[in-house]
Amino acid sequence: MHKEISRKELLKILPHDDILQQCMHCGLCLATCPTYDITKLERSSPRGRIFMIKSVARGEMELSESFSEEMNFCLDCQACETACPAGVKYGRMVEAARVVADEAGFGSKMEIALKRFALRRIVASRKALKLFSWFLKIYQKSGLQKIIQKTGILKLISKNLFEIETLSPVISEKFSDTQIKEIEMPEGEVKYKTAFHFGCLMNTMFADINLDTIDVLKKCGCKIITPKDQVCCGSLMGHNGDMKFALELARKNIDAFDKHDYDFLISNSAGCGAFMKDYAHLLEDDPEYAEKAKKFSSKIKDITEFLSEEKPDLNLASLNENIKVTYHDACHLVHAQKIANQPRNIIKSLPGVEYIELEEASWCCGSAGIYNVVRYNDALIQLERKMKNISNTGAEIVLTGNPGCMGQIKHGVKKFNVNVEVIHPITLMKRMLQLKQAD
Amino acid sequence: MNSSTKEHIKSIVGSENFFDSPEDKLVYSYDGTPIYKQLPEAVIFPESEEQISQVLKLANTEKFNVVPRGAGTGLSGGSIPVENSVVIVLTRWNKILELDTSNLTASVQPGVVTGILQKEVEKIGLFYPPDPGSLNVCTIGGNVANNAGGLRGLKYGVTKNYVLGVEMILPNGELIVTGGKNMKDVAGFNLRDFIVGSEGTLGIITKILLKLIPKPVQSITLLAYFNKLTDSAQAVSDIIAAHIVPSMMEFLDHTTINCVEDYTRIGLPRTAEALLLIEVDGRGSIVQEDAETIRKILTKNKAAEVKIAEIESDALLLKTARRSAFSALARKMPTTILEDATVPRSELPLMIEKILYASKKYDVIFGNFGHAGDGNLHPTCLTDDRNQKEIEKAHKAFEYIFEEAIKLGGTITGEHGTGLAKKQFLEKVAGSTGVDLMKKIKLAIDENNILNPGKIFSISPKCEGSLPKRREQIKDFNA
Ligand SMILES: Cc1cc2nc3c(=O)[nH]c(=O)nc-3n(C[C@H](O)[C@H](O)[C@H](O)COP(=O)(O)OP(=O)(O)OC[C@H]3O[C@@H](n4cnc5c(N)ncnc54)[C@H](O)[C@@H]3O)c2cc1C
Ligand code: SF4
Ligand code: SF4
Repeated sequence: MHKEISRKELLKILPHDDILQQCMHCGLCLATCPTYDITKLERSSPRGRIFMIKSVARGEMELSESFSEEMNFCLDCQACETACPAGVKYGRMVEAARVVADEAGFGSKMEIALKRFALRRIVASRKALKLFSWFLKIYQKSGLQKIIQKTGILKLISKNLFEIETLSPVISEKFSDTQIKEIEMPEGEVKYKTAFHFGCLMNTMFADINLDTIDVLKKCGCKIITPKDQVCCGSLMGHNGDMKFALELARKNIDAFDKHDYDFLISNSAGCGAFMKDYAHLLEDDPEYAEKAKKFSSKIKDITEFLSEEKPDLNLASLNENIKVTYHDACHLVHAQKIANQPRNIIKSLPGVEYIELEEASWCCGSAGIYNVVRYNDALIQLERKMKNISNTGAEIVLTGNPGCMGQIKHGVKKFNVNVEVIHPITLMKRMLQLKQAD
Repeated sequence: MNSSTKEHIKSIVGSENFFDSPEDKLVYSYDGTPIYKQLPEAVIFPESEEQISQVLKLANTEKFNVVPRGAGTGLSGGSIPVENSVVIVLTRWNKILELDTSNLTASVQPGVVTGILQKEVEKIGLFYPPDPGSLNVCTIGGNVANNAGGLRGLKYGVTKNYVLGVEMILPNGELIVTGGKNMKDVAGFNLRDFIVGSEGTLGIITKILLKLIPKPVQSITLLAYFNKLTDSAQAVSDIIAAHIVPSMMEFLDHTTINCVEDYTRIGLPRTAEALLLIEVDGRGSIVQEDAETIRKILTKNKAAEVKIAEIESDALLLKTARRSAFSALARKMPTTILEDATVPRSELPLMIEKILYASKKYDVIFGNFGHAGDGNLHPTCLTDDRNQKEIEKAHKAFEYIFEEAIKLGGTITGEHGTGLAKKQFLEKVAGSTGVDLMKKIKLAIDENNILNPGKIFSISPKCEGSLPKRREQIKDFNA
């Protein structure tokens, strides 16, 4: 059933008319939009979506099933924000529009319920996520996964479900938060006072990357504080229409880190870093937290940003002659944080690395938060394009700085049979470090 | 439009290519032009010449209007729907059909994106020069229909200089093929050149044969800042008078520099009153010599600083920044009404003074930029279309600017077309005899006036894009 949603309620959620009006419908963003590229329909373009949102806000058009569909078809990759000279804040508009459509009862009920439950109850709670991850791990370890995949039982039930099941990355042997000490010290003198946010997916699914990050930071001369009472950054909830809950998490994080003395807060997950940089803006009207949030956000650095700006001497060893390496831009680094040159500079400076630029490197891989789970087939179109480009480089290793992208591209490796290893830049550096230490 | 007509159209193009939901109608109610918008009755994506032809024939018998559309980046309202109309979108006709390296030609479908064609031909050492600011999005069909110019117009000309042949479906549904690979052809009237710039009022272009040239071997990009606007305009005139033809000579004023810098953050000087972006290209030592002469002229005209882009990626960055100028101005105010007044190049300094005067007299803010080397300026009024008073002031200022441009021997539009936005001024430039002749030609080709009517000039006054709502009509927002 569709619920009448009053104009007043609607306007409370949607951005102010001045923000909607900012788009002067020039169309310069069309070329970078992955969904417009598929359909060539204006309604699947940023300009079209903004126009629809504006018309709904102005009471000139009714909410509808196809409105909801277009808003959810959007990857929220923010490529259009990078392309837009007028500075239109598209991400905020589409996220608000999704909430409005959800509230009014459009779109798949199952999808909405699943989204809410998974994000609030599982991802956001470290205990629940761990529990969930344990189950998944047992399932993966016990061989049950193989059996189910082989017999194709899931395929019978639903093709999508089967695909989603292979999407879930292998759960880490040990979660990282239990292995990282609250305070880690470098061997020599302390050159940088840093703090570390371990993320939720990074912590459970990619724990090794967190450990690698700590090792590399220590080598740089960093003292690293990793508060145990930190929480999930809230980005998945914020981007999926649960901003209230996301802000609760934001305040908890600010409190957790505020107690400590540090100059840089390092994140190795593009999505978390982007969202935490946004706390300042999201909490600007909160009298108690506005100042604290500003300070908190100003210290966030993506690990590649930190390394490229501070240029610590790591004295790395080359793994072997000329490993061919390419780099995929995570949307939340390149579009949300405008970090594009920094990781490239670092990669190019690594010994023995032949860097090959990836065609369409900043084109979304289809991961897009939980998009690849909720809209598997649409995501697959983007993934196929990404895998073709990766394959064309002839690289042995593709580096990327976001857990979502890593999961998605790893899925692409299997699905499209591409012979390439998918790792985080920091993992490659750690390997070089290890080799040096073994020397 | 009655539902049986819609059903008929649907049966021609197939239901998967027919759209008439409120959402779909809404998102084809505009193009890149500010203020004007109108809903179509339906939007279709025909798949063949035959389908287009049938729809046009039906339009004649069922009396509905047809509006062709490319990417919808036009700035004079050419692809904005009119009353009782069906929009035909050609973006899916995006195949490059042939690159002929012996005759240096490209045969393309109308929906090919200009920038993509350029990349493809450059891969094989060739060059397609016309480069409108919208090149990453706009289509060749739209370029031909509007005779689009661009940054390189100064040396290389505009779209019409590269169109060798056109295939087009006439309003009565018949296909006409004009031109071809011959570099010379004087058989009969030159219909091809007549089609270029006809703004979708004479037929629907389905295939285009373009001339390519060898890619220039070398280029040097210079950047100069000025503390006085008029100094920069004088420098432009002096460079032309020195018999140098740069491939590009672009101008940005203080407001535009700041908006572009806000977007690109490439370190443009925020205090400068004007900036010139100049490129010379060619082969051998001449390029160096020209660059040196230009540098001297710039310095003589009190340029505060002259820089030369060290590497190609820097030059590219600067050109991309320039292309963002129009949209970047929207950072200041939500509505940017961009005009296209063009004067003989020698009159450029005078024209700039007139624009500054208009800004003061009518109390409107302008951001100015443009293809200075062509005398083609884009004075852009920064305003808010939710405020009718402001819009009226802007219109008065533009009326003044057009009058002055015409007095200087100029024209109301250099490259964006007349469309809806400038048709009221057409007679001032073309004269009543000229406009009458245009109307006669239009009716000879489009007997029932079904194809993009109401554009360029009005034959039937009912077809106007609707003007914005007045402030009072707009509901209160969450202020
Ligand atoms: C940021 C920006 C910068 C710009 N810079 C420039 C510039 O430097 N120089 C310049 O000249 N223009 C410029 N423009 C204007 C615009 O991009 C050009 O006019 C372009 O040629 C329009 O192409 P389009 O594919 O978007 O066509 P549309 O806007 O869709 O249509 C333009 C006209 O062509 C007709 N048309 C389209 N396709 C066909 C077809 N197949 N058959 C018949 N008629 C057809 C339409 O009916 C309409 O009248 C700029 C626009 C923007 C937004
Ligand atoms: S979002 Fe920006 S680039 Fe896209 S149409 Fe609007 S103003 Fe132009
Ligand atoms: S966020 Fe990405 S998918 Fe969505 S409109 Fe922008 S470019 Fe397109």
